[in-house]
Amino acid sequence: MKRASRFEKNAATREPRWVKGLLLFLSLSFFGFFLLLPLISVFAQALHKGWEVYLKAIFEPDALTAIKLSLTVALIAVPLNLVFGVAAAWAITKFDFKWKQLLITLIDLPFSVSPVIAGLVYVLVFGAQGWLGRGLAEHNIKIIFAVPGIVLATLFVTFPLVARELIPLMEAQGREEEEAATVLGANGWQTLWKVTLPNIKWGLLYGVILCNARAMGEFGAVSVVSGHIRGYTNTIPLHVEILYNEYNFAAAFAMASILALLALLTLAIKTYIEWHLRLETESKPLSMEANNETDL
Amino acid sequence: MSIEVKNIRKTFGDFIALDDVSLSFPTGELVTLLGPSGCGKTTLLRIIAGLETADQGHVLLEGDDASETHVRERQVGFVFQHYALFRHMTVFENVAFGLRVKNKKERPSKEQINKKVHDLLNLVQLDWLHDRFPSQLSGGQRQRIALARALAVEPKVLLLDEPFGALDAKVRKELRRWLRKLHDELHITSILVTHDQEEALEVSDRVVLMNHGKVEQIGNPDEVYDHPATPFVYGFLGNVNFFHGRVEGTNIQVGDQNLKHGLDTGLAPGTPVVAFARPHELDIVPAIEGENKNSDGVLAQIDRILSFGATSRLELSAIENLEDSGLPQSFEVELSRAEVQKRQLTEGLQVRIIPSQLKVFQRT
Repeated sequence: MKRASRFEKNAATREPRWVKGLLLFLSLSFFGFFLLLPLISVFAQALHKGWEVYLKAIFEPDALTAIKLSLTVALIAVPLNLVFGVAAAWAITKFDFKWKQLLITLIDLPFSVSPVIAGLVYVLVFGAQGWLGRGLAEHNIKIIFAVPGIVLATLFVTFPLVARELIPLMEAQGREEEEAATVLGANGWQTLWKVTLPNIKWGLLYGVILCNARAMGEFGAVSVVSGHIRGYTNTIPLHVEILYNEYNFAAAFAMASILALLALLTLAIKTYIEWHLRLETESKPLSMEANNETDL
Repeated sequence: MSIEVKNIRKTFGDFIALDDVSLSFPTGELVTLLGPSGCGKTTLLRIIAGLETADQGHVLLEGDDASETHVRERQVGFVFQHYALFRHMTVFENVAFGLRVKNKKERPSKEQINKKVHDLLNLVQLDWLHDRFPSQLSGGQRQRIALARALAVEPKVLLLDEPFGALDAKVRKELRRWLRKLHDELHITSILVTHDQEEALEVSDRVVLMNHGKVEQIGNPDEVYDHPATPFVYGFLGNVNFFHGRVEGTNIQVGDQNLKHGLDTGLAPGTPVVAFARPHELDIVPAIEGENKNSDGVLAQIDRILSFGATSRLELSAIENLEDSGLPQSFEVELSRAEVQKRQLTEGLQVRIIPSQLKVFQRT
């Protein structure tokens, strides 16, 4: 290890032992009480009546429909937001146009609006009493209290995740490689597939993972538009709520444990990708500095 | 391919990057666009490439208006300051890129691509690095790969945007010699953008000096160095000393001191002028105490004598305050080391600076 390369080894920035201890104690106990304990309790509660009850709760028809619906919604929302996200980030970082700042603000809108409001907005637009409600009803198209509404609400809530992940990355990478590709004769598609996407693939995957986690776990917006029709418009989080309200704790926690497992899996993949991202971004500036040697 | 730009104008908001610029670049020459940052040289290069569009004016490639031709079809090679190599591709794949993206009809076969890429890598003497990634190369190596990549599509024009700007001084010098040699072999019409006057003078057939979006002077390196057309060119090319004063016959009155220039400037007496001289065009004689203040030369004091190599560089500051800023004006003089010893010049000595040659411009 290089001398003084670690923060705590540097005498000027070293804190007294008790400060270090206190900070460690505070953060670890917070982590233990508010994150680890609830997580353990989810699995403990889910299994406290034994594996049989657990499996029965999961393989109950309504539960299976909920799992299927959550996966379907994610399967529709994530690819769509992948395309939207890449398109938005590409437009924002590779081109200059007039209303760019407005577009960036709009992309952030779902983050700043409460999910419940987001759901309500869709009810007001597509609901029976909404602006488009009558027209839709005449054509026998059901959006609110049906799967399309759930997909729309999920799309809205997860919209910024991919774009937000890509914009800083693509901004840092600049436009030169795309320009070089164009000068060499590549058309737009070739540039996208051969230059841009390979450069952003890890960032993109990271955004997709986040998007997927949110799509499966979203409660507020989906709750407003779904109508809680058991065995039809219930996603996993909604099903958990219903079971819980019916004092069926074992089943509720069994379903919750599935979400928790998905979250843990997401976290593992995310950590792996982050590690890859760091490798990629670190290798670059280092070699820029180190390589001004004279051999030609 | 010859390139011509006609009445090009380009603005970014309120900033005028190019102001009615017309230039022609004959076939096979290496021309440098030289100027300080913000003078519009890179913008002009990008307009020629098609990466930027001019607000007004035309770009003619081989006599044909290229304004409607897309970058892809302009057949230009572009080398970027920061290389812009595709970071996820090996060196080989980088160079092959331009060949692989051609449509099916024009695309060479796998063997042809293979041979061509290795030929190009041999040309830039880096074939041994063909399976490395850009991040594993030094700056100089990267720029040579970028050049090989640009040459792969057999461009009719090579455009280089400060190609050596990100490299250290030694590598820069070696690379520009190498580039000149390469150009002498390939004779491809090239335009190089730089703010380094030494680089421009050393490498190019012709130099175009630009400032504030306008062309100040065009000429071969000797011409622009020896006969600068404007005060800007004089000041930008090489080290320079200047004297602000007024014309008095064949003298220039600087403060209450006199400089002989012996030229017929055609300027009326009393006209404010600025006179330029290079460090080697100034001579120094020790000042004699009590001599007539009006005798020839500008009074100054030697601050430092820097002697490395055959010449000594002397830094001097004026005794009389000649600048408006309140700081004493400084001068730089080059003398042979033997002269310095012979005349017993030492730091702190008061001297007179007498120019052997002056270039006089009217002050505006």
